[in-house]
Amino acid sequence: MASLTNRVKVLEQQPLSFMERLYLPAIFKGMAITFSHIFKKKATIRYPEEKRPFSPVFRGLQVLNRDEEGRENCTACGLCAVACPAEAITMEGAERQKNEEHLYREEKYAAKYEINMLRCIFCGLCEEACPKDAIYLSETFAPSNFTRKSFIYSKDELLIPHPINDKEGYDAARVSRVEKLKK
Amino acid sequence: MAEEVKKIKVTIDNISIDVPMGTTILQAARMIGGDVVPPAMCYYTKLEGSGGKCRTCLVEVSKGSEADPRPMPKLVASCRTGVMDGMEVKNMTSPKVEDARNGVVEFLLLNHPLDCPICDQAGECHLQDLGYEHGKQGTRYEFKRRTFDKHDLGPYIQLHMTRCILCYRCVFTADQLTNKRVHGILSRGDHSEIATHIEKALDNDFIGNVIDVCPVGALTDKTFRFKNRVWFTKPVNAHRECKCCSGKVTLWQRGEEVLRVTARKDQWGEVEDWICNECRFKKKQSADWTIEGPTHVSRHSVISQGHYEGMKKPTETFSAVHEGRKPKLLMDIHSVSEVNDPSIDLSAIDGPATSATYNHSTKKS
Ligand code: SF4
Ligand code: SF4
Ligand code: SF4
Ligand code: FES
Repeated sequence: MASLTNRVKVLEQQPLSFMERLYLPAIFKGMAITFSHIFKKKATIRYPEEKRPFSPVFRGLQVLNRDEEGRENCTACGLCAVACPAEAITMEGAERQKNEEHLYREEKYAAKYEINMLRCIFCGLCEEACPKDAIYLSETFAPSNFTRKSFIYSKDELLIPHPINDKEGYDAARVSRVEKLKK
Repeated sequence: MAEEVKKIKVTIDNISIDVPMGTTILQAARMIGGDVVPPAMCYYTKLEGSGGKCRTCLVEVSKGSEADPRPMPKLVASCRTGVMDGMEVKNMTSPKVEDARNGVVEFLLLNHPLDCPICDQAGECHLQDLGYEHGKQGTRYEFKRRTFDKHDLGPYIQLHMTRCILCYRCVFTADQLTNKRVHGILSRGDHSEIATHIEKALDNDFIGNVIDVCPVGALTDKTFRFKNRVWFTKPVNAHRECKCCSGKVTLWQRGEEVLRVTARKDQWGEVEDWICNECRFKKKQSADWTIEGPTHVSRHSVISQGHYEGMKKPTETFSAVHEGRKPKLLMDIHSVSEVNDPSIDLSAIDGPATSATYNHSTKKS
């Protein structure tokens, strides 16, 4: 067959030598390499029992923050949603009523707040945009799941536990990240 | 007899223009357009007597006129200073003006709460624009910002006195558009506040226009309160037959819902035609309106995000190449998401949504 270009290189195949035709030396050599790896340091870890440390700048699952009295910080200002390049965030605002001062920090709050984790690219722009310290990317990632609809995270999933009513949960969820950044 | 109006020559930032006698420097600059136009927070072309209050429009007059070429000793408010033949004005080319304007902005922001995240004006606020261009990052003010007792202006208009810059535009609007003004500025100095005497509702048919003239978020639309941020709503021009006004408006929509109705504004943010309360507050259905098309939004405005004019949707090719088979949807977002729930019609409620509005929906299990 005529070649299409003139860059074709014809390889010359040499017949195997006697040693090569024996095969076994090559097999033993390969086995020795495999065997030597047993004594080397493992590159893998036993996830999920064992977890790798996250880098301090890891950007994972978002948490919606509360202040020290447990009031929600978010005021549904929409800046995270407009900053989000993946258009993952949606929300609806509502007015705080007379008896709700202990629930929300500002006059307006996010009655609904959703992040579509299928869209989120964990860029952290929402955290950067937020004027109210209300959203942080934490050091965990969204757990895997079998259904798509379980990846629409609403306030139930995103809100940090209440710092007074559920102190343990709050401390556990409160990522060291905020502290680290302070230092 | 139509007398020939004498044209005089004025030079602003080295750009010359011939304008009729009696034009103000600000108007002359607007005729030139572009960057030489000083910002204006209190002046309003359609309101007689407006201007001269906020001092953001200060300019330097480096040559008084052909007859008297001496410069003016101080910076002047361009909205209230008439041009003279041969006058030379410096706006953006003068470091003095830049400096003075920064100072004015600092003064305007002294007592300002800067609660833009909550403020419904955010995104179309002239003070935000001004602060963005001339503001400092921090404040040098060390005292408590002034606050006011809450004052109710009736069912349509929400007053946030702390955001007011005392431009008097709303007072002029009520004076010149309605037959009886019931609100005004009470007290003096630091205590000045917009109020009615005593607790009256603003309910004149045209009083809704004070919302549009307010350069900040001091007067906002109660029927739109907290329903959405302006940059997530889509502005479209629309009109209807109206007995009392021109009926030409801008609708701010989310999908088919009409969340807000405002008058149309020109490139200086001024109302083109005043509209009546009925058009503004009562006609919150797209069926009430004949829609003309998307409103032009400057691409420097945040409102232009996701706003497309003259958009042509590409034809859906999927069914064509798959012998009429429709694409299979893996998830309908409305079956999961609680936001924009079709059973809650935000445009139908008069005030802001509250917890009661959303309480019944429990879609996601
Ligand atoms: S991390 Fe980025 S992509 Fe994810 S929600 Fe925030 S802004 Fe959007
Ligand atoms: S999380 Fe922050 S940026 Fe997003 S709506 Fe709430 S307050 Fe605004
Ligand atoms: S009036 Fe303007 S600057 Fe003031 S809080 Fe509202 S949006 Fe912000
Ligand atoms: S616009 Fe001229 S002083 Fe306010």
